[in-house]
Amino acid sequence: MSAEVSVRPAGPGIGSRFVGMLGRSRELTLGGVIVLLCAVVSFQAPHFLSISNLSQVTTLAAIIAIAAVGESLVVMTKNIDLSVESTIGLVAFVVADILRQKALPGPAAWAAGIGLGLVLGMANGAIITLFRVPSLVATLGTLSIFRGLDFFVAGGHEVNLADLPPGYSDAATQSFFGVPLFVILAIIVVVVAALVMRLTPFGRQVYAVGSNAEAALIIGIRSRLVIFLAFAVCGLLAGVAGVLWGMEFGTIYATSATNVSLQVIAAAVVGGVAIAGGAGTVVGAAVGALFLGLINNALLLLQMPQELLQVIYGAVILVAVSADALIQRRERRLTAQGAIR
Amino acid sequence: MTATPSFAPPASPEPVTPSMPPRIELRGISKRFGATAALTDVSMDLRAGEIHALVGENGAGKSTLVKILAGVHAPDSGTILLDGVVTHIGDPAAARAHRVAVVHQEPRLFPDLSVAENVFLADPPKGRFGEISWREMRRAAARLFEQLDVRLDVGAPVRGLSMADQQLIEIAKALSVDARVLILDEPTASLSAHEVERLFAIVRRTRDRGVAVLFVSHRLDEVFRLSDRATVFRDGRHVITEATRNLTTADLVRHMVGRSVTLFPKADVAVGEVLLEVRGLTRAGEFSDVSFTVRSGEILGLAGLVGAGRTEIARVLFGISHPTAGEVLLDGRPVHFGTPSAALRAGIAYVPEDRHQDGLVLDFSISDNITLPILARLFPRLFVRAATERGLAQGYTERLRVRMTGVDQLAQALSGGNQQKVVIAKWLATSPRVLILDEPTRGVDIGAKVEVHRIVSDLAASGLGIILISSDLPEVLAMSDRILVLHEGRVTAEIARSDATEERVMFAATGQVGASGDAGPGLPPFAAMARPAASSEATDVR
Repeated sequence: MSAEVSVRPAGPGIGSRFVGMLGRSRELTLGGVIVLLCAVVSFQAPHFLSISNLSQVTTLAAIIAIAAVGESLVVMTKNIDLSVESTIGLVAFVVADILRQKALPGPAAWAAGIGLGLVLGMANGAIITLFRVPSLVATLGTLSIFRGLDFFVAGGHEVNLADLPPGYSDAATQSFFGVPLFVILAIIVVVVAALVMRLTPFGRQVYAVGSNAEAALIIGIRSRLVIFLAFAVCGLLAGVAGVLWGMEFGTIYATSATNVSLQVIAAAVVGGVAIAGGAGTVVGAAVGALFLGLINNALLLLQMPQELLQVIYGAVILVAVSADALIQRRERRLTAQGAIR
Repeated sequence: MTATPSFAPPASPEPVTPSMPPRIELRGISKRFGATAALTDVSMDLRAGEIHALVGENGAGKSTLVKILAGVHAPDSGTILLDGVVTHIGDPAAARAHRVAVVHQEPRLFPDLSVAENVFLADPPKGRFGEISWREMRRAAARLFEQLDVRLDVGAPVRGLSMADQQLIEIAKALSVDARVLILDEPTASLSAHEVERLFAIVRRTRDRGVAVLFVSHRLDEVFRLSDRATVFRDGRHVITEATRNLTTADLVRHMVGRSVTLFPKADVAVGEVLLEVRGLTRAGEFSDVSFTVRSGEILGLAGLVGAGRTEIARVLFGISHPTAGEVLLDGRPVHFGTPSAALRAGIAYVPEDRHQDGLVLDFSISDNITLPILARLFPRLFVRAATERGLAQGYTERLRVRMTGVDQLAQALSGGNQQKVVIAKWLATSPRVLILDEPTRGVDIGAKVEVHRIVSDLAASGLGIILISSDLPEVLAMSDRILVLHEGRVTAEIARSDATEERVMFAATGQVGASGDAGPGLPPFAAMARPAASSEATDVR
């Protein structure tokens, strides 16, 4: 399920081959950077590597990672879904509202939330593939519509932890052998998604549609169906993230999860999912979410000036993505030279 | 010379029994796109075990026919019979299910996916649980390329591979289906002579297995070498179908254009002073120690096999990539172009090979395309005046005789030949002194090819220095004042027009340094097969 690393028979020196390998496997690069980051930060702020801090950071990162897996499917088809944050927010609120009114038992409410996410994703997919609206515009619209529904459902109120059945938030703090439950869930989602992307025709068609839509047409791939399904999966996973979001935060407002879409998209892009479609892996997107979560936390712990946090955070994203673009350009040049016989 | 070049009849094809039912039969196929009739009442058949050539100018309806058989377009009327059974090919998947395999004209691959996956994506080999079996996929792909005698890393991504390699992947893709009908739409356009030979061997073997092969080509010599029967289309109508051995080039050309044409109208021009000089130009990994001069009014041909480094040299001259050694002199002064715009300002223009990717913005109008490189010069005060743009575009399109409804027409609506003319017009608008043309007639029909040759000849006459990169040997021989032959990034011969023959050029292009004109015993096999040298004079085909 890991990205395929092809070995060139002969080529440039060991050093540049190593850089080349890192360039090809974004997951490895990011993993290395994360280890480095942890080492450096823990030296400055020992609390960084404490179980309690790591549990907290990875639990939140797990929620973003689940949404980022869905988002990366959409981005791989050369589309984008800006509405995930509204889906997360609306699902979180609806699930909490159901539980507050005791209309459904816990698991049924969670399933309803995930189902709602799926429906919202299918709505996105239908608008984009049936009416041929560019996804950037369509999901900019539904970003606002879904959030509006959230306000409508909330009616000016919020749901407090005290209104909810006891034990509602327990799942967010549970862990097995020291690994938070949400992280385990995220790993399951990532593994299943990675297998689907690697081993099923649907998974490969997602890459094909994003890589060259015309070539996909010629070999008989039903591009619009593939894009529709990608949005449906994205909505479904945003629904899962929404259910978890409610448990994590306990108190849910109509504005919950605002601005999360950008984090989700940034996680996918930093994780190596090409914004132009056709390339990247869901594993990369999940690792990207972990990386961004750790950076955010590290900046807080290192007591960076509060006002500059956003600037530094944004700069990190830019550096990561442009370094990748440079490595890829270099790689392509080497490949092109190797092609001369 | 007024006689037509003659071709050897195809080497004894498998006997085709006339009583065999056709593999595929088309009855009264018509197809319109808006106001244009692409195909009108076309009937033809392909027999099992034959190679059937389909020729015609661009716009004759060949590609439309190929797309109908591939399931990309549905015919408006008419029926298709596969082995005598009326068949509806509704989409590409249906074509594959009926075992109709198609190699499309321009490679359409997935740059991000591996070579093996590109071959098998439509129908990947499956494992025990219905999962895609990557191991089997790679093994099968490796086997296919072995059959093709092509060395490619099947695990590597397609991005960055040459056009020739991509074309070979398309061919492997078609062969991966156990086809009963194999359709090849201009498969040799970007292949080297050696690769063409390998492809032909494979196509013949495929035919001998009883597959019906439809071979669409602009290269008439290939039609004669390969096909058993040939069909000519003109303006969307079927003109003739005839056994190839009963046809001559002149017959084919006459049927294709419906009139007699003059090929290669290169006028003799007084050659002026040296415009561009290149000394020991080298770019590591691409080409080395290349030296030549281009004079005003002169056409310098760059010949060589695909991958010999011709395009790479052009890219350095135009400032797209940078040399690692050597120098370039313009009017005797050394110049370094960091960017294409610097090269443009100095008076060098480059018409690239791939007009879709590099040459034209298809969504722009003709006039917008033409003025694109000179916008800053035209309108130094920020605002664009449409009237000025249109006037300029009008002038160039008239001069190059672009067939269009008007300069506001979108570039994508033009035929290949006319698109190429717009690309040339676009670079002429920069008023260059040296014009580099990279495969200017690749994929355009004979009528448009003659037009392009006329334009190039006129441009040389007006004092431009022209570098003509072409894989079409007769074209290079007829158009060039001098020919520089490259092999694997090195110059292996510089041949004056009067001494140039196809044998000499091919000899040097395959790396036989110190090539002599004599076809000695060391001659590579395909050079011996090359047709008699085209005369540098106009060849009048009647």
